[in-house]
Amino acid sequence: MSDLPLIQADRAVEPPAATTTTGGRGRRLRLLSRTDRVVITLMVLVPLLLVTALVWLPALATVLLSGTDWDGIGPLSDIDFVGGRNYSDVLTIYPPFLPAVRHNLLWLAVLFLLATPFGMFLAVLLDKELRGSRFYQTALYLPVVLSLALIGFVWQLIYSRDQGLLNAVLGTDTDWYGDPSVNIWAVMLASGWRHVGYIMLLYLAGLKGVDPSLREAAAVDGASEVKSFFRVVFPVMRPINIIVLVVTVIESLRAFDLVWVVNKGRNGLELLSALVTQNVVGEASRIGFGSALATIMLVVSLVFITIYLATVMRGEDR
Amino acid sequence: MTATAIRPPAAGEVSPPRRRLTPQRVVLHVFLAAVAIGWLFPILWAVLTSFRSYEYTATNGYVSLGGWTIDNYVTAWRQAEFGQHFLNSVYITVPAVLLTLFLASCVAFVIARFGWKLNLVLLGLFTAANLLPQQALLIPLFRLFTQVPLPAFMSDSELLYDSYWGLILINVAFQCGFCVFVLSNYMKALPRDLYEAAMVDGASVWRQYWQVTMPLCRPALAALATLEVTWIYNEFFWATVLMRTGDKFPVTSSLNNLRGEFFTDNNLVSAGSVLVAIPTLVIFFLLQRHFVRGLTLGASKG
Repeated sequence: MSDLPLIQADRAVEPPAATTTTGGRGRRLRLLSRTDRVVITLMVLVPLLLVTALVWLPALATVLLSGTDWDGIGPLSDIDFVGGRNYSDVLTIYPPFLPAVRHNLLWLAVLFLLATPFGMFLAVLLDKELRGSRFYQTALYLPVVLSLALIGFVWQLIYSRDQGLLNAVLGTDTDWYGDPSVNIWAVMLASGWRHVGYIMLLYLAGLKGVDPSLREAAAVDGASEVKSFFRVVFPVMRPINIIVLVVTVIESLRAFDLVWVVNKGRNGLELLSALVTQNVVGEASRIGFGSALATIMLVVSLVFITIYLATVMRGEDR
Repeated sequence: MTATAIRPPAAGEVSPPRRRLTPQRVVLHVFLAAVAIGWLFPILWAVLTSFRSYEYTATNGYVSLGGWTIDNYVTAWRQAEFGQHFLNSVYITVPAVLLTLFLASCVAFVIARFGWKLNLVLLGLFTAANLLPQQALLIPLFRLFTQVPLPAFMSDSELLYDSYWGLILINVAFQCGFCVFVLSNYMKALPRDLYEAAMVDGASVWRQYWQVTMPLCRPALAALATLEVTWIYNEFFWATVLMRTGDKFPVTSSLNNLRGEFFTDNNLVSAGSVLVAIPTLVIFFLLQRHFVRGLTLGASKG
């Protein structure tokens, strides 16, 4: 979207204002009446203030708090900076931290290595002209409209020890949500169930955007379907691939509802997000720990958010 | 959204090709049908369980048939005060979605209409805000919400904490980014001549926004509204941490309170789950097109 044609068009409409030879920005502003300028300012400022006050300033405050010993209750004037102590404490005297990191990484690995490729695979199959494709698609992304909290309850009917379907069918006596050696897998299966549908939807849209002549050309060259997908179609979908990667990372980092519903993120279900929350609203409120954990999440997410923005905004300023 | 709607038929064929059922196709259909049924199964199981009496399944096990009843729904509705919680969800979701769409469309309009360099920064600030992990903001926000007073007629907690207003604001702040991103892309694709024509007519910026751009954005707004209603209705985290009074919780986060009461009765849990799912399922089946388009609009550039 270039600015230039618009300015020239404006000049044709309003000759007196546009005969000045100042820079582009000045010229544009001069074409706007005072009311227009006030309106534009308000249109941007009100939402910007809201987002700054409720998202960006709290994010910044989290980073600052992670370097202090604030207890969350006392007056702000009592705050002392303690440098990296919260971080070293998190590493040394906070037992749930390492399991939480491990679980978050496991979560990412399962979504990324199993759920995402499976969703992509289904999208490729559904992209063929198939009768009943609509039904298959609907069934697959139905879980996407359910909240993760609700999904926790739906799967409880399968996982519960005494009343669950799984134990009834397998003849086992496992508490799938409660046993710390299996519950993270049980929860991840439920989470993957939803993730597959979402990924399938994104790739289905991506595949429809691929120029069919590319595939035809590959077919003419004698490439097999598999080969033409990996050599031609997949590389063309690069933007979607990056978006899916970022979505998957962010989802794994944000994973919260499901474990909170099951047992508030304890006993085998530790996740960074749940630890932060426990440290704020739980019985033992440790603001320093919580902020240090939250800052770690923030930094990781910002890396991937930057990748995301670079992808989706490519060519925006041209 | 079917593939046939998009793909032109192969060269030389006038009507869509009548596929012969090769063994390969049969395998494909069997595989897809199996996956689809597997995917629907947990939901169907919940529906099935919700219609069976606890006594029957307790004696005969869940892998059985019989004991049909609708009592679970009656009990769940009454015990969990679903009426109140659904109303709470409406109080939060409706204003939050309207406000999100309004504020986001304002910013998106300015970003799309004017080619200022700062617009890129603006777009980045909004889009990124939507992707941050909520927990990373929790500590300062919690403190902020417990410090900001509200007049008693706005909330009986007299604070932003434990009030509908607080939840509406935080949902709007969080969801704005996604809508700004989608809408600004959509608006950039609109023909520029429209604005030139509007300027010849002497239309102010506000009229260009409200009478030229917004009516043309109806498809995108419909898609976003569908998506945002679902997301804000499904929102769990903010309501869990920023609400305290039990009967003020919206439906999704009130689920967690049901768990204790229903712990031993999965049939009741399933009835509760189905009740909570109904609004989103209705949206899904009635507005599926909008829902899907909203999601994919966000992923692919407009």
